[in-house]
Formats: sequence, C-alpha cells, structure tokens
Amino acid sequence: MVKQLSVFVENKPGRLMEILRALADNMIDIKALSLADTTEFGIIRMIVSDADKAKKVLNNDGVVVRICNVLAVAVNDEPGALMNTFEILSENKISVEYMYAFGEKLGNSSVIAIRTDDMDLAAERLTDGGVTVLEGDDISEM
Amino acid sequence: MSYFQKEFECMPREKIRELQSERLVWQVKRMYERVELFRHRMDELGLTPDDIKGVDDLPRLPFSYKQDLRDYYPYGLFAEPLKNIVRTHASSGTTGKQIVVGYTKNDLDMWADCMARQIYAAGGDENDIVQVSYGYGLFTGGLGAHGGAEKIGATVIPMSSGNTQRQINTMVDFGSTILCCTPSYAMYLGEAVNEAGLRDKIKLKAGIFGAEPWTEDMRRAIEDSLGLKAYDVYGLSEIMGPGVSYECQCQNGMHVNEDMFIAEIIDPDTGEVLPEGEQGELVFTTITKEGFPVIRYRTRDICSLNYEQCECGRTFVRMNKPSGRTDDMLIIRGVNVFPSQIEEVLLKIGEGITPNYQIIIDRENNTDTLDVNVEMTESLFADDVKSIERIENRITSDLRSILGLGAKVHLVNPKTIARSEGKAKRVIDNRNLHD
Ligand SMILES: [Zn+2]
Repeated sequence: MVKQLSVFVENKPGRLMEILRALADNMIDIKALSLADTTEFGIIRMIVSDADKAKKVLNNDGVVVRICNVLAVAVNDEPGALMNTFEILSENKISVEYMYAFGEKLGNSSVIAIRTDDMDLAAERLTDGGVTVLEGDDISEM
Repeated sequence: MSYFQKEFECMPREKIRELQSERLVWQVKRMYERVELFRHRMDELGLTPDDIKGVDDLPRLPFSYKQDLRDYYPYGLFAEPLKNIVRTHASSGTTGKQIVVGYTKNDLDMWADCMARQIYAAGGDENDIVQVSYGYGLFTGGLGAHGGAEKIGATVIPMSSGNTQRQINTMVDFGSTILCCTPSYAMYLGEAVNEAGLRDKIKLKAGIFGAEPWTEDMRRAIEDSLGLKAYDVYGLSEIMGPGVSYECQCQNGMHVNEDMFIAEIIDPDTGEVLPEGEQGELVFTTITKEGFPVIRYRTRDICSLNYEQCECGRTFVRMNKPSGRTDDMLIIRGVNVFPSQIEEVLLKIGEGITPNYQIIIDRENNTDTLDVNVEMTESLFADDVKSIERIENRITSDLRSILGLGAKVHLVNPKTIARSEGKAKRVIDNRNLHD
C-alpha cells in the first residue's frame, strides 16, 4: 500500500496553484493527483514522492492535510486487465470508494490508485488473484 | 423551608404590585426634586411626577444608562446630601473612568436584607460559619456578602480574595460551612482542596457564587469538587451589589427582590417592553434606594423573567442566568443571536476544540442573511466529500435548533479568517443599519 495525501481546499481560484507551488518549491514530486469537489469545497488526493515531508510543508502553510493508505495497482496495458481487478474486488464484496490513475507508466503497466472500504482484505485478495499491488518503494522509483 | 423575610419573599403577587406602585410613586417624586438629570429627562418627555400613578406607568419613564454615571461623576446623581451617605463603592469599567455609587444607612440595611435572604435560601442561618472570599474594598462583593451574613447572625470570616493556601487552611481549621466568592475562584479552590487531599476535612454545605458569568457545567464541577450545593447570585453596583436577585434550592432562576427593585425586559433596539417570558435586556428601577437611586437602568444583560410560582414558595419573579450582553447581541431577521451560541455549537462539533469562525450578516432584498464561515481543522477533515458535507449539515441543523434561524455554513481554508492583533474578527455586519 502507498501513502496518499488528502488536502482540503475551499473552491476559490488559485488555491490549487498555491498547493502545487508549495510542493514544487520543496522538490516534492507529484505522481498522481485527483480532485473531488462540490460547489463549495474540494478534496485533492495526491500520491507524492515523500508524503510525510509534503504534509509538513503544507501544514506550515496552514493547509489541512490527512494521510491515508491506498492501493497502487499495476495494470497491464491489454484489454480486460483493469476489469480483472474489479472482478476480484466485487467477488469479495469489497466496495471501491474512489480510484484514479498515475500520470506515468511503470514499464508496460498503468498504475491505478484505489481506495476501498476494507484495504487489508483488498490487498490480500488482489495479490492472491495475481494482481501486482505496489509498495511505497516501487512508487518512489517511478 | 426557611425564609429570611417571608412577609416579602412570599407576598401575593397583587400585593407586591401594590407595594411597588406605592414605592415607585414615592421614588419618582423625590428623584424629580433631587436629581437634575432625571428632572431634565422627565421635562423633555413632558412628564411630571403626578403622571406616574403606579407600575403601569413605568414604561412611560425615561431610561438611564451607565454613561450617566460617567457624565455625572462622582456625586452628580446622588439623591441625598453627602452627610447622609455612609459608604461608597466604585468600579472601573473596561472603558477607563470609574463609576461611583453611594449608600445611606438605610440602603446598607436593605442590601444586607438582600444577601440575608440569599443565605437563608441556600439553607444558612445563625449557626453557620460564612467564609467571604470575595474581594473586600471598592468592589461590592466582599462587603455585600459580609453584610448579609452578619445580619443573619452567622459567624463571618472576612477572608477577602487571594492567598489560596490560607483560604484552605482557614476553611479546614475554622470549619466554614458556607463559601461566598466568584465561581472561577470556587473552581480554583476546589482543585486546590482536592490536590491537597483535604476534601474530607472541609465542612462546606453551600456556596454563593456570583459577579461573573458561569455555566451549569461549572456549577457541577464546583459542587463535585467542594461537596456543596452551589447557588447563583446576581447583582450590580449601580443597582445595589450582590443580592439584587438570588437563587433558592430549586436552582432554577434567581428571585428578584421585588420589594426593592422592579425588573423589566425590553427590546434593546426599540426600548419597548417585551411580553412576559421573552428574552431581552434587563432593566431595573430601584424603589427603596435613597443614596443612589435609578429609574429604568439599562443593565445590558440579556435574560428573561419567569413569573410562574416557584416550588420554594417564594412569589418573587425569577430571572434566568443572563445569556449575554447587549453589546454582543445581533438581531438577525428579528431573532436575537449571540456569537456565544454559535461558539457553543462549534465547540460540540469540534470535540472540545472550537474551530475559528466568522459570522457574516448581510441584507439581500430586505431580508437578512446569515453566513457562518468555519475554518477547517484536522479533526473535522475527512478523506471523503460526504463526511465533510455531513459536518456542514450538522452545523447547519444544530445552528437552526439553537438559534431558530437558518444559516449558510461554509467550511473554509485554515487561517483565512482575518485576524487583528491575533484575535479573529468574529462578526462582520454588512447591513449598515445605523446609517
Ligand atoms: Zn424559588
């Protein structure tokens, strides 16, 4: 599993930019990013090269940040590969809360971040099912 | 059940009203003759003392204000020559210049009655040992409680405030049974007594606490830590001092000494008297006071009056603990709102930590709008949109049930609410109501 940064942002112009700038200024690489929003506020979810350092940097700027675990799954670039992953989860009655893709590929595979209601069970069953579940080290080398 | 002066404390309501009317007529007449400012204000309204025939005419009389005491400092509002004034008390407001009040011998006697009634209502009598840990001096607390305790023939320990170690030693050695002090000092003494392991060595059965706002939670904490029953006493030096109203064993509102003071609740904006039971500004008229009497004095405390008969048998009206000051009150769509109410809601949701917040009031199409911005905190933040929306909704519905008013709640980025000198500006009123 890998550490994900969740950041609260009010829906105001420029907020996202400020956060990205703070990370860039501190040489923190963003591997994957997604934004969930309503008209009022949003949650930015990110996987970065150093989650703990990123949290410190953002906290110093007065940004509210939480760190939680997500699954980073390598999916082969072939038809039906992603479906296989979801079939395993669904067969085990594990529901997916959200998912998003990494910007870069790992070899021939796309990398997908997935958050489920039972993370440990999901990791176990996916591994058993032959799906490559990546760890923090794999990600920082990307 | 024991009363200090049953003939007054349990007087039938219609008799109280008769007595008040008689005393009001007397007071208006003598103040008109003796207090220039009052005469001037009556003249401006085209009123003479003959127009005032009883309590029904009270709403026609002019208000008086704390500012009057500053304008006529030091003796300009006294209704007796100084030779008849036997004591003064003074308080320094937050705005600088102190205010002075004066008492005749008779005034001190009646004040002692007020506090004596309180001590009796708290179950005290001549067998008690009363430790007075209010400050003695220009402040009315110490000497006020002292006078009442002496009047009932109790044994008084005039401790004054401070020197906690000595307070506790005295409490143990002298066997104090009643403690009079501010509620915050009572909290402090409670902690100190328990830390010293002396909880079993003290004999306190009642505490009479006032002179500052306190909560029911504080009451329970004090009662637990000192093993006593805690009573709330209300007063202000412009009216008398502690004992203007006092709590009985029902602990459900403070009985106003209505043979001496007439209480009214008014709309602080219009000055209109509000219907019975409604919340508004508390106004007092002193109908027996000689040295420094006031007519319709605006206390700026917000509370309501309860005219239902109390289980204790006293017929005096009860005032609820003031919920705020008119200085902080906002009127939004005709509803009185205090920032402290909003703070209460947020405190609960923040699990003990009040998030930073700001109240913004505006007016759109002649309707007031209320927006509450709340800074996001780590404890409120969750990784999904739904939980955050749930928090917003909970704040909105809690505010609605406490204020009786719909508010738009926005969770905002931390540290985005403007602060001046480290303190956040809590209220922004964009309505320009005073132009
Ligand atoms: Zn009562």
